[in-house]
Amino acid sequence: MANPVEQFRIEPLVPLEVGGVNLSFTNSALVMVLSICLVTVFLTMSVRGRALVPGRWQSVAEVLYEFVANMIRDNVGAKGRKYFPFIFTLFMFVLFGNMLGMIPYVFTYTSHIIVTFGLAIVVFIGVTIIGFMTHGLHYLRMFFPHGAPLATAIILVPIELISYCSRPFSLAIRLFANMTVGHIILKVMAGFVVALGVFGIVPMAFLGGVTVLEFGIALLQAYVFTILSCIYLHDAIHMH
Amino acid sequence: MDPQAAKMIGAGLAAIGMIGSGIGVGNIWASLIATVGRNPAAKANVELYGWIGFAVTEAIALFALVVALILLFV
Repeated sequence: MANPVEQFRIEPLVPLEVGGVNLSFTNSALVMVLSICLVTVFLTMSVRGRALVPGRWQSVAEVLYEFVANMIRDNVGAKGRKYFPFIFTLFMFVLFGNMLGMIPYVFTYTSHIIVTFGLAIVVFIGVTIIGFMTHGLHYLRMFFPHGAPLATAIILVPIELISYCSRPFSLAIRLFANMTVGHIILKVMAGFVVALGVFGIVPMAFLGGVTVLEFGIALLQAYVFTILSCIYLHDAIHMH
Repeated sequence: MDPQAAKMIGAGLAAIGMIGSGIGVGNIWASLIATVGRNPAAKANVELYGWIGFAVTEAIALFALVVALILLFV
């Protein structure tokens, strides 16, 4: 049986090295470019008609738009409107990465921690800058809960600081681990189907169920990634 | 002890961390079902928190799983 983690191997398609830095165009980069192109083509083509009564494609685009717009309105508030393009891009990038990864033999770029960590650290640094821009040095009050006795500051401030700084890690690891583990489970189950011969029908049926679950997880994790970014943004704009 | 055997035992021990997460996720759904059962009108309000709580708690299990996988494959 093939190694279940073999599917996550990054292979250079166009080898390129500049000044000792490996800048090869890899299979991971290929799927990223593909997903960006798909999102762009899908969204431009579907709303081209600008029909008052939307057709099938246009209503899918409108549902996605309203989904993210409602998420920002409910979780960030009116001041979050100007961050809509970023949040929407983030959602579509993660969603298409997860969904394209479910197609057999297509690389899942969200199953690599460096990709998800890259996204998470952008959110973290951006949110911290927004927080300091909105509140100035008053933003540091974030690390000390309102109403707590001053004597507890010596314990509370380090705890709050650690919890604040661990945000990008938990955001990145959640998405990466969900995608990696899901694909490993599918691969291991597929190995059972081959190994059991006729009785392979049992893991085969299980595999069908797990695949449906994985589609759900792919959607849910894109949603969770975006909504946690929204909640962090809310913290930065409104402070608790 | 054979290093390979120690690796396997370590991975098994790391997977124990998932027990807590299993209890936590079960707790979230149990509370959610109880809430919706008592007040079906609140379903739309609490469902979102249920999913967020599920994802956040499930992440703990995944951390344990990542540790186990690192022990096995890296």
